[in-house]
Amino acid sequence: MTSLTGLTMAAALDGLAKKEFSSAELTAAYVKAMEQARHLNAYVTETPDQALAMAQASDARRAKGEAGAMDGVPLGVKDLYCTKGVLTTAGSHILDGFTPTYESTVTQKLWDAGAVMLGKTNLDEFAMGSANITSYYGKVESPWRKAGDNRPLVPGGSSGGSAAAVAAHAAIAATGTDTGGSIRQPAAYTGIVGLKPTYGRCSRWGIIAYASSLDQAGPMTRDVTDAAIMMGVMAGFDAKDSTSVDIAVPDYRAALEGSVKGLRVGIPKEYRVEGMPAEIEQQWQQGIEWLKAAGMEPVEVSLPHTQHALATYYIIAPAEASSNLARYDGVRYGLRVEGDSLDKLYENSRAAGFGAEVKLRVLIGTYVLSAGYYDAYYLKAQKIRTLIAEDFRKAYEQCDVILTPTSPSAAFAIGEKMDDPVAMYMQDVFTVPANLAGIPGLAVPAGLSADGLPLGLQVLGKAFDEETVLKVGRVIEKAAAFSARPSFLAGE
Amino acid sequence: MSMDKATVANIARLARLKLSDDELDLYARELSGIFGWIEQLQAVDTGDAEPMSSVVERLLPEREDVVTDGGIQEDVLANAPDAAHGYYVVPKVVE
Amino acid sequence: MSGLLIEGSTGTWEVVIGLEVHAQVTSNAKLFSGASAEYGAEPNSQVSLVDAAMPGMLPVINKVCVDQAIKTGLGLNAVINRTSVFARKNYFYADLPQGYQISQYEKPIVGEGVVLVDLPDGSTKEVGIERLHLEQDAGKSLHDQHPTRSYIDLNRSGVALMEIVSRPDLRSGDEAAAYLTKLRAILRYLGTCDGNMEEGSMRCDANVSVRKAGDPLGTRCEIKNVNSIRFVKQAIEYEARRQVELIEEGGTINQETRLFDSRQGVTRSMRSKEHAHDYRYFPDPDLLPLVLTEERIETIRQSLPELPDAKKQRFMEAYGLSAYDAGVLVAEQETSGFYEQVVTASGDAKLAANWVITELFGQLNAAGKSIGDSPVSAEALGKMIGLIKDGTISGRIAKDVFAEMVASGKDAEIIIEEKGLRQVSDTGAIEKVIDDVIAANQDKVAEYKSGKDKLFGFFVGQVMKASQGKANPGMVNDLLKAKLG
Repeated sequence: MTSLTGLTMAAALDGLAKKEFSSAELTAAYVKAMEQARHLNAYVTETPDQALAMAQASDARRAKGEAGAMDGVPLGVKDLYCTKGVLTTAGSHILDGFTPTYESTVTQKLWDAGAVMLGKTNLDEFAMGSANITSYYGKVESPWRKAGDNRPLVPGGSSGGSAAAVAAHAAIAATGTDTGGSIRQPAAYTGIVGLKPTYGRCSRWGIIAYASSLDQAGPMTRDVTDAAIMMGVMAGFDAKDSTSVDIAVPDYRAALEGSVKGLRVGIPKEYRVEGMPAEIEQQWQQGIEWLKAAGMEPVEVSLPHTQHALATYYIIAPAEASSNLARYDGVRYGLRVEGDSLDKLYENSRAAGFGAEVKLRVLIGTYVLSAGYYDAYYLKAQKIRTLIAEDFRKAYEQCDVILTPTSPSAAFAIGEKMDDPVAMYMQDVFTVPANLAGIPGLAVPAGLSADGLPLGLQVLGKAFDEETVLKVGRVIEKAAAFSARPSFLAGE
Repeated sequence: MSMDKATVANIARLARLKLSDDELDLYARELSGIFGWIEQLQAVDTGDAEPMSSVVERLLPEREDVVTDGGIQEDVLANAPDAAHGYYVVPKVVE
Repeated sequence: MSGLLIEGSTGTWEVVIGLEVHAQVTSNAKLFSGASAEYGAEPNSQVSLVDAAMPGMLPVINKVCVDQAIKTGLGLNAVINRTSVFARKNYFYADLPQGYQISQYEKPIVGEGVVLVDLPDGSTKEVGIERLHLEQDAGKSLHDQHPTRSYIDLNRSGVALMEIVSRPDLRSGDEAAAYLTKLRAILRYLGTCDGNMEEGSMRCDANVSVRKAGDPLGTRCEIKNVNSIRFVKQAIEYEARRQVELIEEGGTINQETRLFDSRQGVTRSMRSKEHAHDYRYFPDPDLLPLVLTEERIETIRQSLPELPDAKKQRFMEAYGLSAYDAGVLVAEQETSGFYEQVVTASGDAKLAANWVITELFGQLNAAGKSIGDSPVSAEALGKMIGLIKDGTISGRIAKDVFAEMVASGKDAEIIIEEKGLRQVSDTGAIEKVIDDVIAANQDKVAEYKSGKDKLFGFFVGQVMKASQGKANPGMVNDLLKAKLG
């Protein structure tokens, strides 16, 4: 029999329902797994006592026949979600000691559905990064290793702690957030499933903002079915978020059963970027073949402006971030470094509290909004964003979903790509356009690189059509039959 | 495009980030690289495209004018590094 | 022409003023949070997590604040923009927890409008409104509680403000004061702002520059946060003279922010604000564009009350009042309402206007009271005027009756009964008094009859005195004339 931590969420829910084991047992196994996986540094804060108490409450509910959709399932929560009474850091020194008196809408929905919180997962500081190397609480290691090479690898970012925890079986699943690829890219690097929903699908209330017009919460899971289950709980309108959209949440899990026959899959011709490794290209081609075999029809589509998406993103996201991060000033919460004037207090606190990458992006954002540069950078970027969204709109007149690689390479070693920010930013080249256009995107593990590392495929969909995205993702999952496991697995 | 230290110092001041001289050098270099790369956008013909601030094509939701919040001074001050008599406390502001 | 012209050593200078008024929107809750907008409470007790800018908090707009802005825009005869956008104004300050203020920049909710300003000389002047936008108020810093620390209270943080920007159409402190008075009256009529400057629900920044007639606009200085209409006038007058003197001494005006010191009556440069601002406005990504439907605007238009200008016109036409009297009566909505009640109760609009403006205002001013605290109700005053009209009391006695009404709060009729002030209109009774007066003043009668007509007034006075003022003056005249031949 598979160990408890080896079960998918669906399997665990099944076992819980059949009383094969209790949530207390399942959770205890995960508390132990979390301890075993500590060298990965996937968690900033472990909350074992709270987890066990929540598990017992779950078992009590289940005994009374009141179990929710995720009752008893132990989760990691990206430390960007504010959790009541539990330290919330955003991976930043500036939030030193910050303990929210409130719970984010999405985590509250998860707890309302019976889920159990194992702890808060590590992330790039303020979700700014693609390798999870910028956290004040240290780098996160991927549980994967290249074949014949024991150097630690990055798990991707910014939801690197969540990705590493799920991949290493130190959580059944975890929440992530995705501003430019922060769910999908680490999911691809660690061989798990990550869904970035349509902008407006999940509430942003209580999630620490990086770039408000791009940020979306989403699930990171072992497989597509788990993503569908978790998505059903996380999604929904929230009157506290003015950008949240009031449309009914479908039954995502039921949608997985539907046929994909006759659906058209768009293959964007511009995504064959220069210097893309052959194995990425091959994996992509393989994905197209799988979908064809399932009865889908490939069509070439054009997304001419997406080549500018990354540069556009690096104007819009830092601009919003420079403003969103102005509230971290040492006055109401977090780190304060005294100064003999108010301005000195601000400058000292922010200098000590923010890491290098955050400072860099705050500087970029401040510059592109400043007098004399706004039109040339920010306004221009907003216009290009319109063109990018328009590209997708036109493409979806010809197809139902779009298939791309998730990232241009497999995971790299910690320490690589660190000298040149732009080289690091390139990791998000395939994921960023979906954030700019606000459309959903799913990363599914599809195969291994020559080095034995996971490679992912990305399914993009129409706005609010997560159902089709998940359904197509499930087809890839079945065809790929991805069964490789990382070199480290907790609980084994 | 290249960004000089003075420009970096100016934007750092706007963003209330105290930077050392070494940091000014570092960021001048990194920002020059990034803006050199971003420069590609200037060549994009945006025609009459409207600038996009949000992808959400819906009406701004409005709430009723009802007092539903407040009365939580304790929560408001719970994480304050310095508070006294119900106030946040900062170094004296001279006007 | 009420423009202030300053005679300098090099010629005559004209003053150019534009005002930015921050008016607190009358609402229960704040602009983007559900905390109370009420004035004066325990520090940080009317603060939501949104107002304190806790991480992950998001704004949701208050519908009534939007309606109030639309209503104000309509009251200012202004364009209502069907689409407006909230933008972040970024700067750091202790009382600005988000590090930005949510305001409106390129696309305000209200565009150009016009206010008809009533000037002291009875003339009116059109003053252009450039825009009105909605924005958040900041919190409050207290600097005098501790020798080295400032205390921050966020109760006001996030309260809805309307910033109403005038065109630089004003030419003197008096005009500025008249504009503010009129603007405040309109806001109060509309019920969109209580106009209470002491509590800070209406504050004013004045942009002042000077120029020689016909020259282009000079460099302006902005005088920040002046909190009374009188101070606005003083600050402008001081600032204009300062600028003229400086220029004539060969200096130049720097565009800067200044503060008015009301104790010394001077403006001073705010050095702390000298650092060049770069607010980096951009559309707030937490909010969507505010789109207004025609129906919504139309519904609000239908609900508009009669505003001062229309009311003034009606008072002149329906009641035959002078422009001046009508203007005085409509200056405050409460006064105009009070006046109309007096008209109804008395049945005489002109007498009612005289009594309200002269006697009632006289009493209120002396007592430092407002019309809301009037010791005499509109109903009571109206009835008393009715008693003058029907001859129960004379106008002169009415003044005594009114004084007694103010002092005792009693109704006119009771006072008249108690003090026996009812006017005597009984011919026999008056004739008897006249006969007594004639009998007692035979010498004067002789003089009168020999041609000293002026003595007629003496006889009237004697009769009124003997009747303790109660004799009907008209009848006294007629009967005296008859008796004296």
